[in-house]
Amino acid sequence: MAKKVLMDSETIDRTIVRITSEILEKNKGAKELVVVGVRTRGVHIAERIVKRINKLEKIKPPMGTLDITLYRDDLRRKTEWPKVERTEIPFSVEDKEVILVDDVIYTGRTTRAALEEIMDFGRPSSIQLVTMVDRGHRELPIQPDYVGIVVNTLSSEKVRVHLKETDGKDEVIVKKG
Amino acid sequence: MSFKHKHILGLEELTAQEITLILDTAESMKEVSERDVKKVPALRGVTVCNLFYEPSTRTRSSFEIAEKRLSADVLNFTLSHSSVTKGETLLDTARNLEAMGASVIVIRHPLSGAPWLLAKELNSSIINAGDGSHEHPSQALLDLFTIREIKGKIKGLKVVIVGDILHSRVARSNVWGLIKLGAEVRVVGPPTLIPRYIQKAKAKTYYNLEEAIEGADVVIMLRIQMERQESVYFPSLREYSRFYGLTREKLKGADKDVTVMHPGPINRGIELSSDIADDASSVILDQVSNGIAVRMAMFYLAVSAGRNQ
Repeated sequence: MAKKVLMDSETIDRTIVRITSEILEKNKGAKELVVVGVRTRGVHIAERIVKRINKLEKIKPPMGTLDITLYRDDLRRKTEWPKVERTEIPFSVEDKEVILVDDVIYTGRTTRAALEEIMDFGRPSSIQLVTMVDRGHRELPIQPDYVGIVVNTLSSEKVRVHLKETDGKDEVIVKKG
Repeated sequence: MSFKHKHILGLEELTAQEITLILDTAESMKEVSERDVKKVPALRGVTVCNLFYEPSTRTRSSFEIAEKRLSADVLNFTLSHSSVTKGETLLDTARNLEAMGASVIVIRHPLSGAPWLLAKELNSSIINAGDGSHEHPSQALLDLFTIREIKGKIKGLKVVIVGDILHSRVARSNVWGLIKLGAEVRVVGPPTLIPRYIQKAKAKTYYNLEEAIEGADVVIMLRIQMERQESVYFPSLREYSRFYGLTREKLKGADKDVTVMHPGPINRGIELSSDIADDASSVILDQVSNGIAVRMAMFYLAVSAGRNQ
């Protein structure tokens, strides 16, 4: 199977530095921020962003974890239902700027589910979306606010974000289907 | 690993991996009950019918809350209000419910095997909420969940089940579940109340409570089921209580961190002395909230398996 590397470890590091700066610029600091990562890889990217914010602003925004399984829109179909993992948002999102972090945006359906789940926790003043990769093919009117890399892909291709925490090394690759 | 059972009828027919998957899923479900808005949309559009042929408050309420937290539509059928009193058979009643759109039926019935009959004849997912003196999987799963939460594991624990093992569906489901997950299970009670399946399940039988309790990590006390004592299994309640009622004194030989559990409702002074009942009640309240999470997990996994078939 043909595989192409879109981002290597250094590029991913620099991208996180840039995205964090953009977040701080747009929100004028980190005071009202909370960061929520979408399981599994969004969580690790979110952790890195929080670490970077802490380094720059000396503030550690609260961090949560979202498992969107129970909010999926394909549960009514004849598909394998995924295992439910725990959502952990141990703080109030009321009137906060929520930075929602996912690894890849594709159809936008995961983000739709994540937005609905966050809204069940309260009414944030905004939700802003970070994704490491935007691979196009949106099926819903949802766009990220902060993007690592935009790539044109075929639906048959697979885009994978590999991270040290889960996969042993940092890289973004595209594989022919 | 995926869950293959469209029906959850008993723990005897589940594997250790399947039981563990239910417990793991329940752990994720528990978080939903801690939110301000205690509801997720997973079972939107699914109609669940609670068909109860025996009186029950806590089990039925727990199922109903679990259904509602998953956004299912809920239909309650209880003996006193239904056409059962007009002579309709179980299958006819259930077929009617299915015709009204129910795709999951939770059934409690005084006859052992009733849920299996429905599973064979209907298209719906069937969840056993207790059949006769046979199985009560949701209660055993929540006991397992609670034990795992308190002790951090189940494998290797010494678990004692005390009392009317013969008539207790909670005991039967617990014996299967605990053995499959690697616990050492000891049952203790009067010889007349120890059934034969205990040998098949490889649990150990005791007739003396102190001996059984030696080194125990968990003691599960069963309720004496006055309604099922059709013949005389022991001479008198007082005698039963003297030999098999749990007191501080009899608990001395157990592990110092022993947990005492009871499926409720407690007959104070008969199965448990009042001071132990007070200690046990804190665990009982944990069990109530864990029961909702476990039942949510059962619905999620059974409906998921049904969709895949």
